Amino acid sequence: MLLISCPNCGSRDETEFHYGGQAHVAYPENPNELNDREWAEFLFYRDNTKGAFAERWLHSTGCRQWFNMLRDTVTYEIQAIYPMGAPRPDAAGRTTPDTGTASTAADSTTTGSAAPSTSATSISSTTAPEGATK
Amino acid sequence: MAETAAPETKKNLSLRTSPAALLRAAFESGSVRGTVELSEITFLTMVGLRVGRDTEAGQRVASVTGGLPATCGTVSGAGDTSVLWLGPEEFLVVAPLEAHESLGGDLIQALREALADGEGQVVDLSANRTTFELTGPRSRAVLEKGCSLDLHPREFKAGTALSTEIGNIPVVLWKTGDESYRIFPRASFAEFLGRWLLDAMREYASPEVP
Repeated sequence: MLLISCPNCGSRDETEFHYGGQAHVAYPENPNELNDREWAEFLFYRDNTKGAFAERWLHSTGCRQWFNMLRDTVTYEIQAIYPMGAPRPDAAGRTTPDTGTASTAADSTTTGSAAPSTSATSISSTTAPEGATK
Repeated sequence: MAETAAPETKKNLSLRTSPAALLRAAFESGSVRGTVELSEITFLTMVGLRVGRDTEAGQRVASVTGGLPATCGTVSGAGDTSVLWLGPEEFLVVAPLEAHESLGGDLIQALREALADGEGQVVDLSANRTTFELTGPRSRAVLEKGCSLDLHPREFKAGTALSTEIGNIPVVLWKTGDESYRIFPRASFAEFLGRWLLDAMREYASPEVP
């Protein structure tokens, strides 16, 4: 179970939220100029990142507001929470922009981040064979 | 709309059935006097309010309700009208049933007039949710069986309202006193949540195991 820090409501259970897919997928400038393949890629093709991934979340049983989250898909560590429309913060630098009414820091609510992240990085850097991350 | 709801058109309000009416006897027998008690408060007037607090319309609306809460959890209001924070620009006004226009009240009309042509909306949601009242020293223990919030008084103080889940049902939970809570489930979830709460209360009817 994740504890997610909603920018409006503070830290709440994962069950109160809905996942909204990858963030920062921009609507095409001129949709009419796209061919079918490009349109399909806009609609359906998403990154399948291993590691830090920017995604949208909705606090559906709380304030019903959307926000963005930078989450590690391996360790589930929540690295940053930032408002819709804001640019993606740097993954390592933890440069969370000002989230307005955010009451708690994003990194204060991540669950089980310390132990899994160290073990995961050591596996991928030392014992994982070439190409295992693909 | 308001013109048709003139006070002199007497409606037979005794025919109204509240969402948890069929559980009234069960609430009566399931309550453990002095330990934990559950009842339904019927037909409270509720108004959904969407307006920015900082806008002019928001300030006009705030003067009717006695303020709009600024942050998550806070409740504002004047007299017996309370305003619960649901979102940055979304509020729930809770007032006694006499405030409803079907009983001659003018709260909703006053809110509409305060909003005027400002950005936002005023919607009568009185039939959307029902109200459960859970009181007694064991009420927190009952809620903790199905609510993931920290309900300890050091975190969740009287006069706070949060929308969350109880027994997987989305509700607004309002702590009205040190040992009393109001729970607002949607009407269609009222029977389930009522039975869920009764089940959670049952152990407190038996003598405590030392």
